[in-house]
Amino acid sequence: MIRFESVEYVYPNGVKALDGIDLEIGDGEIVAIMGENGAGKTTLIKHLNGLLKPVKGRVLIDGVDTRNVTVASLSKKVGIVFQNPDDMFFSESVWEEVAFALRNFGYDEEVVRRRVENAINFMDLAGYADKSPFTLSGGEKKRLALAIVLAWSPDIIALDEPTIGQDMLQKEKLLQVIKLLNSQGKTVIISSHDVEFIADLKPRIVLMKRGRVVADGDAEEIFLNEELLRSCNLLPPQLITLSKRLDFIGIKPRLYPPRELAAEIMTRFRR
Amino acid sequence: MKIIKVKDLGFKYAGTDFYAIRGVNLEIDEGEFVVLAGKSGCGKTTLLRCLNGLIPHFYEGEFEGRVLIDGVDTRECPPHILSQKAGMVFQNPDNQLFALSVEADIAFPLENLGLPREEIRDRVEWALKLLGIEELRKRSPFELSAGQKQKVAIASVLAMKPKILLLDEPTSSLDPVSAKNLIDAIIDLNRRHGLTILISEHRLTHLIPHADKLAIMDGGRIIYFDDPRRILKEDVLMYGISIPRVVEVAREMRRIGGCIPFRDIPLSVEEFISGLKGALR
Repeated sequence: MIRFESVEYVYPNGVKALDGIDLEIGDGEIVAIMGENGAGKTTLIKHLNGLLKPVKGRVLIDGVDTRNVTVASLSKKVGIVFQNPDDMFFSESVWEEVAFALRNFGYDEEVVRRRVENAINFMDLAGYADKSPFTLSGGEKKRLALAIVLAWSPDIIALDEPTIGQDMLQKEKLLQVIKLLNSQGKTVIISSHDVEFIADLKPRIVLMKRGRVVADGDAEEIFLNEELLRSCNLLPPQLITLSKRLDFIGIKPRLYPPRELAAEIMTRFRR
Repeated sequence: MKIIKVKDLGFKYAGTDFYAIRGVNLEIDEGEFVVLAGKSGCGKTTLLRCLNGLIPHFYEGEFEGRVLIDGVDTRECPPHILSQKAGMVFQNPDNQLFALSVEADIAFPLENLGLPREEIRDRVEWALKLLGIEELRKRSPFELSAGQKQKVAIASVLAMKPKILLLDEPTSSLDPVSAKNLIDAIIDLNRRHGLTILISEHRLTHLIPHADKLAIMDGGRIIYFDDPRRILKEDVLMYGISIPRVVEVAREMRRIGGCIPFRDIPLSVEEFISGLKGALR
């Protein structure tokens, strides 16, 4: 369980990035934190493992106040994949990079070997095991960053803008990974302004603006409210916009998957 | 007139053992709006670097074939001269901005060209106005939003008065409204000012209805180069491109019903609705 209680955060330059956040995320939930550039999404994510500590209020991870523990101890429970994966890498090879945290957590070499192999196979990086992380392409680096976190298997996994610069195939893979993690009971938190990706995932959405939570609800409810979205510099997914204009054939606005919407239209069209 | 001519182009970066692009042939007319799509690592950025001369002048490697920009062979023309024909905007505008104010940033390359002061002032004004960012002129580029920074980066490229604007995933880190505003500004540059545009992007929803041509790359080659309506009739999902959702719905309708009630694949919500209404009449 994650709890933010009246959390405020001010950067050293005086910018108030979080301004009274109250938020509760249960075990096993998938939550998308959405909002415009600069809304405070990344700052909120950095509070999950204590990388940033509130200047007012508190963040509790399974009842533990993040101000009272180290980032290292929180990291066993919370894994964060940052937007720019270069910030995470320092090892000489992909294999060593994935193994590093596991060794730090004190696993035996045999467990380390098995977990590293599973994680790099799962993220399609087996062919790169001996390569330097810095020679990988942008998309491969993102996959490596995720493999590192998957290997130590924390209960809470946060992904900061995971779809930026990713092509459709990589996004589909990411969608599968998120669903798989969730089926294993993990809590997954994704910060994103990629409305089409989030529409495919249909999670609970927490909408942020200027450091505050302005809405919290299921994906369909939030995406149907165009005025609210636009006030946060977001646009509705294209199929919401389309379904809103199909009332002339009796279709109700909803967050349809493409196949379902096509079937609905064809049924009415044949009549 | 063909303003971009690429013949049997190939490039292998120094220190690598494979060609990032190979056997690329491409001809683009003056004033065309071309969208370049394909998986990450398929060669889009390398192709764009070849078009503004960064390859072979800045990046070392093995270059083969020929690139003619407005009749000039890129191998024989230095990048600072080529940038007056083909300007390039990158994914991350921070790499392109460095001056203390927006207008100083836009003026910088013009001063480097040794243009008269009057001319510089006129061009800065013109570029600010073109992107609708006159009110930002005195601001520091570093205190702007990501979308505003990208507009300043485009303005500073346009001040060189290129005929061609090359853009490498310019909206990838922008939120949807900022991305749409930027794309609208780019479409306007093409429609009203006749600029030739070649833009690489993953998010095609707002771009594709305005594109004259879609180029899809895979494994360093151009696999398709045609009117997007013709290409999107086929199954191109394996090339990793995010096709607009209305295209997915129309294709699925055709799968269910054997045909779709539209003559052309709709590329936008407007085209979808008007096609459907037309078929019901």
